[in-house]
Amino acid sequence: MIHLLVDPFSLGFMRRALAGCLALAIAGPPLGVFLVLRRMSLMSDVLQHGILPGIAVGALVGGLSVYAMGLGGVLAGIAVALLAGALSRATGAREDSQLAGVYLLALASGVALLSARPGIDLAHLLFGSVLAVDDPALYLMAGVATLVLPALALIWRPLVLESFDPDFLRAEAGSGAAIHAAFLALVVLVVVSGFTALGTLMSVGLMMLPAIAARHWGETLAAQVASAVAIAVLSVLIGLLLSYHADLPAGPAIVLTTGTFWAIGLLAGPRFSLRQRLRASTAGMPRLRAGRD
Amino acid sequence: MIALDDLTCAHGAHPAIRHLTGRFAPGSLTAIVGPNGAGKTTLLRAIAGLHGETTGTITRGGRIAFLPQASTLERAFPLSCADVVAMGAYAASRLFGPAADRNRIAQALATVGLSGYATRLVGTLSGGQFQRLLFARLMLQDAPILLLDEPFANLDTSTTADLMRLLHQWHHAGRTVIAVLHDTVLVEREFPQALLLARDLIAWGSTDTTLTDANLCRARDHAAAWAAGTPPLRDAA
Repeated sequence: MIHLLVDPFSLGFMRRALAGCLALAIAGPPLGVFLVLRRMSLMSDVLQHGILPGIAVGALVGGLSVYAMGLGGVLAGIAVALLAGALSRATGAREDSQLAGVYLLALASGVALLSARPGIDLAHLLFGSVLAVDDPALYLMAGVATLVLPALALIWRPLVLESFDPDFLRAEAGSGAAIHAAFLALVVLVVVSGFTALGTLMSVGLMMLPAIAARHWGETLAAQVASAVAIAVLSVLIGLLLSYHADLPAGPAIVLTTGTFWAIGLLAGPRFSLRQRLRASTAGMPRLRAGRD
Repeated sequence: MIALDDLTCAHGAHPAIRHLTGRFAPGSLTAIVGPNGAGKTTLLRAIAGLHGETTGTITRGGRIAFLPQASTLERAFPLSCADVVAMGAYAASRLFGPAADRNRIAQALATVGLSGYATRLVGTLSGGQFQRLLFARLMLQDAPILLLDEPFANLDTSTTADLMRLLHQWHHAGRTVIAVLHDTVLVEREFPQALLLARDLIAWGSTDTTLTDANLCRARDHAAAWAAGTPPLRDAA
């Protein structure tokens, strides 16, 4: 039994994938919790597709270098997020419709660009491969996590203020737009840094699913962030083992594990779960303190 | 003190307030009243520095604490009552300064009648309790000028009376208090000064000379003319 758990990590590429994904599991979920609470979950969808054309251009210009593709991904991610916001402000259209439009185009152009460059496995790029985590990819993931956590700590107070009461922050400290932009930049960095191991489509999963599941486990903001990180770390460990033993791509294996934690929370978690609802209804009591999130 | 000189605020191509000139005296307690769409909230936001499209000048004689309409806040955000009150100290503590003093938070919560609520999540509060909480946050802001946007909207009479008592205390302590209100009966009873607005200034001064039947009628007609797309000439005001 212990061999099943430990032996895979005697392989170098598995250790690199583990270290890289753990870095993402610590850096990503706190951002995911804010995305969920700020009603910006759709933005994560947009970014996972939006970075693809940048990665493609990076690959066309710089070859299969993680840094070239990563830089392209970051630029494309920021451009997509800004473009959708600007379109909705300029035309008065709803931002979610503009986001949906922009990311579909980004995905299509990304795939079109990649098809022009033979030798790139699209499935690996979209869904990840632990084998792809070479040293540069590991440094990228660890470096981004090292940058993102202190940066999030730095903007934590104004970010909470901007999420809860944007007018208050503007009145007390001038514009909140800089905080919003800094937050989005951190999200883009995390999404891009995970694409080698988890794939562009799945790296968002390690950020969002633990955050969505955390609602069933934690009451306060701090508790939700802590439980999201715990779920992500466990999912990385279990997911990578699944990936190794069942020969699955790492991204889907990790994301499916996270989904299992979500399902457990939905059914039996301490908050907003089926179990809690059943208990309340059998006690004949209205669900007090149901909250509204 | 707050002085306005030829203040005009726009929403895109549409003027929300035109050519407003006058001053709120230091330590005054003023209600801004007027029909829907009269520019009351826009005026308050402009004074707070939250409205971008303004011309003319606003002179502010001190730090401002702004209370937004409660409906603009994200009440589902999982914060405790103590967290929200502590926000009042943000201007002093900023990113990494020491957090607000626990005793001051407890004291502010007690003053607004929320003793023992420090660890309660804001999402579990009633509308009245939530507004009390925002008043506790104002206490920590400790600013000489207070701007309140519809502070008594959707509140019962006892909560309104409690919070009104706080406003009077702050007024007597020498603070300048300006509130946007709909209830003219409340304004006539509690506010010494009033500003009647219908995009143009209708009247501004002591409440009994401002909220006369004639002025209120004129404000209504004025707003109706704006709504009908026939903006009254400035001289008519």
